Amino acid sequence: MADQAIPRRGFLKGAGVAGAGAAAALTGGAAQAQTPAPAVTAAAKQVAPNEPLLALTAAEAAFFTAAFDTLIPADKLSPSGSECGLVTFMDRQLAGAWGNGARLYRAGPFMPGKPEQGYQLPLTPREFFAAGIKAANAYARKTFGKDFDRLSPTDREAAMKAMESGQAQFPDFASKMFFEALYASAMEGFFADPIHGGNRDKASWRMIGYPGLPATYARTAEQYRGKKLNIEPQSIADFI
Amino acid sequence: MAKVMKSVDVVIVGLGWSGSIMARELTKAGLNVVALERGAERTPAEDFVFPYIRDELKVRVRNGLMLDTATETLTMRNAPGDTALPMRRWDVFSLGDNVGGAGSHWNGITWRFTPSEFVLRSHLRERYGRDAIPAELQLQDWGVTYDDLEPHYDRFEKLCGTSGKAGNLKGRIVEGGNPFEGPRSDEYPNKPLIMSQAGLMLTKAARELGLHPFPTPASNSSAPYTNPEGCAIGQCQYCGHCEYFGCEANAKASPNICLHPVLFRDPKFELRTLSYVKSLNYDAQSRRVRGVVYIDRRTGEEVEQPAEMVVLCAYPFNNVLLMRLAGIGKPYDPATGEGVIGKNYCYQTNSAVGVFVDEEINPFIGTGVSPAVVDDFQGDNFDHGPLGFFGGGYISPTVSGGRPIQVRATPPGTPRWGAAWKEATAQWYNHWFPLSIHGTSYAHRNNYLDLDPTYRDAIGRPLVRMTFNYPENDRKMSVFLTNKANDIAKAMNARFTTPAPRTSNFGAANGQASHHTGGVIMGTDPKTSALNRYLQSWDCDNLFVMGGAAFPQNAGHNPTGTIAALAYWSAKAITEQYIKAPGRLVHG
Ligand SMILES: Cc1cc2nc3c(=O)[nH]c(=O)nc-3n(C[C@H](O)[C@H](O)[C@H](O)COP(=O)(O)OP(=O)(O)OC[C@H]3O[C@@H](n4cnc5c(N)ncnc54)[C@H](O)[C@@H]3O)c2cc1C
Repeated sequence: MADQAIPRRGFLKGAGVAGAGAAAALTGGAAQAQTPAPAVTAAAKQVAPNEPLLALTAAEAAFFTAAFDTLIPADKLSPSGSECGLVTFMDRQLAGAWGNGARLYRAGPFMPGKPEQGYQLPLTPREFFAAGIKAANAYARKTFGKDFDRLSPTDREAAMKAMESGQAQFPDFASKMFFEALYASAMEGFFADPIHGGNRDKASWRMIGYPGLPATYARTAEQYRGKKLNIEPQSIADFI
Repeated sequence: MAKVMKSVDVVIVGLGWSGSIMARELTKAGLNVVALERGAERTPAEDFVFPYIRDELKVRVRNGLMLDTATETLTMRNAPGDTALPMRRWDVFSLGDNVGGAGSHWNGITWRFTPSEFVLRSHLRERYGRDAIPAELQLQDWGVTYDDLEPHYDRFEKLCGTSGKAGNLKGRIVEGGNPFEGPRSDEYPNKPLIMSQAGLMLTKAARELGLHPFPTPASNSSAPYTNPEGCAIGQCQYCGHCEYFGCEANAKASPNICLHPVLFRDPKFELRTLSYVKSLNYDAQSRRVRGVVYIDRRTGEEVEQPAEMVVLCAYPFNNVLLMRLAGIGKPYDPATGEGVIGKNYCYQTNSAVGVFVDEEINPFIGTGVSPAVVDDFQGDNFDHGPLGFFGGGYISPTVSGGRPIQVRATPPGTPRWGAAWKEATAQWYNHWFPLSIHGTSYAHRNNYLDLDPTYRDAIGRPLVRMTFNYPENDRKMSVFLTNKANDIAKAMNARFTTPAPRTSNFGAANGQASHHTGGVIMGTDPKTSALNRYLQSWDCDNLFVMGGAAFPQNAGHNPTGTIAALAYWSAKAITEQYIKAPGRLVHG
């Protein structure tokens, strides 16, 4: 099991390099809307979606990269959201069953309802994020002059806060609703088992001290009680 | 035209705990039983396999083992005047599906209700006066008592290998158990689970406050065990993947491991999966159902299954739906308070206090059942005289796995994202737990189930419409209990506490349990209840209805121990009385 962990870390290190190229290719797509095409920003270099995309457009990948790195910035505790694979995570989620509305009751009529009544839009998650990203970028252009992923870190934070509080105006649904969905996805990708493409190298589990799944504690539960443990986390892939 | 099958003695609709217990008891009595289950087969050996079962995103967050809302869901509104809308995904709670039902992925908390719960109306009137019950509440007696059910609770605990400590053995109060429980005929079959750090902290703080902490009864077996059916149960590994998950150690009791191995070998039993019961064939004149009609989901074909007797074990929502569609029993009308089908839908009034402490909690070492609890503020275990509400609940730390997508907290005032959030998350992940309150849900005139006029499920039936909000009484209870829990948290020397009582409307982001009761309630009078004390329909002699649906109101303890005891109780009446002389067991 330990052998498996080593090439993985190596892969991650390499990813930073490969990622820069991919980032340039990606932001290129979004850049067509804007002239002149800007140089790849420092933040965009962290894009690192070194996996081919299944569902996201280049502009969507650039947005997610910037958004996840704003929510989960790199520091001594962990790499940034995108470095942890969250764009890959999101891409797979939106390409798959959940993203396309499986297990969602989709019959009309559709009415806005009260907050207590929960999600009432006809959109699948795939469609919801597509619409939300367009609205977020329109808001960013209107307020700060550029798409969200081109903003400075300070402006991104301001834009994120405006969506979080609902102050940002979106045409079709509340920006707060978009923020909450984005936020939930970021947390899912960051903390889920790495099998889903995020949480590379179990970065978030290391950050909080979650040991993952070695979990047979019948013999140790008493011995471990109240003690700080230093268990190398293990994920699903470590057991197959 | 429906394909018509050969008639059988009994059709059971739904194969969760209720259906499995019923099927086992009736086949043992010599009856031929067909169980129709809308979902697929589910066996721990194939479906609950390590490491894949421990996938928090797939199994818990995306509700991997739960009913698919695209197939069937409910509509919901807070009050009779509102427009109900479909629960398009599980934002508040989720429902079971497939063989084993919710029993294959429950937590395992296995309570007996307190004796006064079964005679709630009489008890409160006697203790607090004839007019003491607030007008908004529709509280009723069950028609069955704790003493009636005691032997059946005992059977269920032995079936599950429940781990716990008796507090009242045949009337003698036993140190270390629950002094408020009704008298038990026997100890629990297994010793309590290993105490967790949070459990130790609760125990110490509660004792200092003069309360009576004890180990929560858990159907997560503390040792390898063989139940009276001869089925083997493994030893719990404290892996932190109970609630919403299946147990790969076979240590958490489920119909799948505690009953199905024997039931499925019995030639008198036949299971048909992917068989979605659509309607009952009811003949009002003869007061009998002639059988059921179901959709074979493999072919889409409609199949009629005639039977001498039908037992609905399909969870409260489908039980209500099938009764309503067949026209059995008078539909409940909140405007007049008359009628019975759909009446007294209740939920669970849960809340929590976040507790931030210095101690290392290691929340990932745990089971679905917190090993320590206090029941001092349960039901009517304390004097409600001056309080202005009835009911209560139990208080226990919820440390059931620390699965990180969902189980994290940061102190009040911490930003929700960014560097400061990361730092606080890293700092507090192992130093926080919720101290949970699991409270009563008392019947309110406006809380009920009926048929939605607009939305339909995948087989064309109307969705069940839930009209529910937390009654004023229950909100007051929640504030009182949450304050009590906060006192306990402070006695643990918590750095911060975050009490959050249920004071706003029921709905998305403000519900917490998958416990639903009422709709086809039992009682003593056909005018106010749908079932007699043996869970037989007052209107239809060969129809019995199991599950939480039969509860007149919901207690503060989790429901499944009582659901199972009622199934054994009803099965006893069927096998000892009904099959000898099919007809009304009680004359209303
Ligand atoms: C995550 C979770 C944790 C829980 N933890 C606890 C706990 O710790 N303690 C506790 O006491 N309770 C707990 N519960 C509740 C407990 O699981 C239920 O009370 C119990 O399993 C109900 O058993 P049942 O047989 O009445 O219903 P179910 O288990 O719901 O079984 C009903 C069956 O009927 C089938 N069915 C429904 N409609 C039809 C139809 N029309 N045709 C054919 N088949 C149909 C369903 O697919 C299902 O298999 C929990 C529930 C959940 C979801």
